[in-house]
Amino acid sequence: MYGKKVRLRIVFIISILTIIILSVYIILKLLEDDVVYFKSPTEIKQSSENITKKIRVGGMVKKDSITLDNKKIFFIITDFKNEISVIFAGTVPNLFQEEKGVVAEGILQDNNLFIADKILAKHDENYMPPEVKESLEQK
Amino acid sequence: MMLSNLGFFSLFLGLVSSFTVFFCSVFNIKKNSLKLENKIYKFLTFQFFFVVIGFFILLYSFFTSDFSNATVYNNSHSTKPLFYKITGLWGNHEGSLLLWLLVLTSFILFFFFNSKNEPKNFRLYTLIFHQIIIIGFFIFVLKTSNPFDTLFPIPTEGLGLNPILQDPALAIHPPVLYVGYVGTSIIFASALAAMVTGYVNSIWAKNLKKWVLISWTFLTGGILLGSIWAYYELGWGGFWFWDPVENISLMPWLSLTALLHCISTLEKRGILKSWSIILSIVTFMLSVTGTFLVRSGILNSVHTFANDPSRGIYILIFLFILIFMSFVIFLIFESKNLENKKQIFFLSKETSVLINNWFMIYFLSVVLIGTVYPIFLDVITSEKISIGPPFYNKLLIPFLVPFFLFMSVGPSMNWIKTNLKFEMSYIYYFLLTLIATGITVYYLSQKNLLTIILIFSLVFLIIKTLPNFLKNNTNHSQNLSHLGFAMLMLSILFNSVTSTEIIKNIKVGDSFISKNEKITFKKVIKEEERNYSSIIGIFEIKNNYDKIIKLNPEIRIYNQPVIATSEAAIKTTLFKDRFITINLIKDEQLFNVRYQNKPFMIWIWISTLIIIFGGTFAIFSKKKNYS
Repeated sequence: MYGKKVRLRIVFIISILTIIILSVYIILKLLEDDVVYFKSPTEIKQSSENITKKIRVGGMVKKDSITLDNKKIFFIITDFKNEISVIFAGTVPNLFQEEKGVVAEGILQDNNLFIADKILAKHDENYMPPEVKESLEQK
Repeated sequence: MMLSNLGFFSLFLGLVSSFTVFFCSVFNIKKNSLKLENKIYKFLTFQFFFVVIGFFILLYSFFTSDFSNATVYNNSHSTKPLFYKITGLWGNHEGSLLLWLLVLTSFILFFFFNSKNEPKNFRLYTLIFHQIIIIGFFIFVLKTSNPFDTLFPIPTEGLGLNPILQDPALAIHPPVLYVGYVGTSIIFASALAAMVTGYVNSIWAKNLKKWVLISWTFLTGGILLGSIWAYYELGWGGFWFWDPVENISLMPWLSLTALLHCISTLEKRGILKSWSIILSIVTFMLSVTGTFLVRSGILNSVHTFANDPSRGIYILIFLFILIFMSFVIFLIFESKNLENKKQIFFLSKETSVLINNWFMIYFLSVVLIGTVYPIFLDVITSEKISIGPPFYNKLLIPFLVPFFLFMSVGPSMNWIKTNLKFEMSYIYYFLLTLIATGITVYYLSQKNLLTIILIFSLVFLIIKTLPNFLKNNTNHSQNLSHLGFAMLMLSILFNSVTSTEIIKNIKVGDSFISKNEKITFKKVIKEEERNYSSIIGIFEIKNNYDKIIKLNPEIRIYNQPVIATSEAAIKTTLFKDRFITINLIKDEQLFNVRYQNKPFMIWIWISTLIIIFGGTFAIFSKKKNYS
């Protein structure tokens, strides 16, 4: 019906398209495991399912909540509605202070305890992670 | 006050000259005369001249701390060291855009005076397309980000520059990066002009290659400076974080690298025309997209100076116009530049260039998806996510092995056709690689299979590249850059698998053991500088051989604005970096101390420099061919 050339071209285009769609699908599938979701303490309290994956929690460091021993740092993240205790062993950024915004990354132990493996760096004192700003504004 | 108005006026005159150049060029094409009008030269020089005046006025305002200028007020302070007063010019949104304009206008001037041997219409069209970009940026600066806004009453003191930007590497990082970014605008304009005039051929490719090399070399340099800065200033001991802002500089780099290989094929063989054009357009689009993402406040980082939505929207509209324009031009004029129907033999340099391009496009897509997907998801579902290193590692690293292997054999292929003969040297290369890999793996005691395969392929790449330096008929700048790239990958690999760190909260006088080293926190000294006060920790590191290394990490508390930064103390040797940072937590009783051993750190910088040397070498050797 069609010439050999046209058929070849159609096969070529279809195979290219399939490859592209397949690869984007695979990439997005892989992405599933590697994305880190951001939650506020309130969202964690309200969620019914258990979160077992790595997440980020953001809010304010509660006043007078930082304590430390020679290995770990303990503090509380609050969004002025709910709060969550955090245990962290690692370096804190310069701007990690009480009553300042913070974002911690790690794994949720239960609804009240968060084991962080990273506290994210910020670059200036006025800067607040957009996620934190939003979740604070919602209250 | 007067001066600022003069600066604004000068920029306005610059915009007027841009329009004049634009219309003169359009009329000149219509006239069909063979001569270029003198007017164009004149106004092109005026345009550059007015931007230079504006730039120097702003520079002078920074220099004299003239706080009647809003940009100076927001980003400078009278106690700031002079060097950072000057570099503070581009440490903010308005000033950095003025720098963009300066580089843009100087490049087109340079291009115009250097292209006298090329067809008249090609030059004029390049000028027209480039003027569209310049006019776009002029209006952007004048309308949304005027660097000459004045303040009244005049404040007595400025707000200061973010202290982590007060750093020598970061002071020259923006200009270097901008030369790279803005160079792609010439590539873009020239590609569209070549398309319109049917000039996509070997001569065009040969001339364009110089610009590709300039952009590529400077972009590499800019990325290197940014990484070095991140390494010692951010205090995490890493140099690449897969942060969106880093990714958007990597994306144009990847497409430029693809273009660099592709344009050589066009130059030598007259094929891959459309593909070269597409890459030229994509590269510039990625540069502008980068500007959009950084300036719109969608991404948050040191680079995001102010979040003004109108700026983001302006760049977005501008971007859409450019994409639409290039798309239309590409569709209309594609038939004018017909591909030479030449068969590509599967064992040839053409094939290896194509393979290189496929890999580059794959790497580019991965980085693009990783950077853009979170933004889309946020807009569509308001779900906030972030994508970290595991994603990139999983998707990129497995593909590096075949990439390295192709890279080792590609350069020794011939154009058109390679006759593969069995040579004894192949066996020698293979055995040599096997032995070298064996020794390395044993020495580093690596058991991970992927790491071993990666080391093998990289060692093979190095062993295959080195003999090329002895041959006369090979491209030495290419050899240099390839060797640098192989060394870079190898150092990053060694560095990432052998780095160790230990984090403790300790008091003065305490000590701890890391591997076979004893680290003692001797004491704390406090010092007052003009624009900051610092707390310096004195540490001693003692290893088995009783050699003592002193490291003095510092916490600086800047007075304007009040920000604490930690200055890492780094002891660099040929084989490893010792890296220590301290942080205050709450009171001054306990210090948060982080000690890291980072092997082969300096080789990461050295090998990137070798890549840059390769590029520089190519730029100058090409120039020789001209004269």
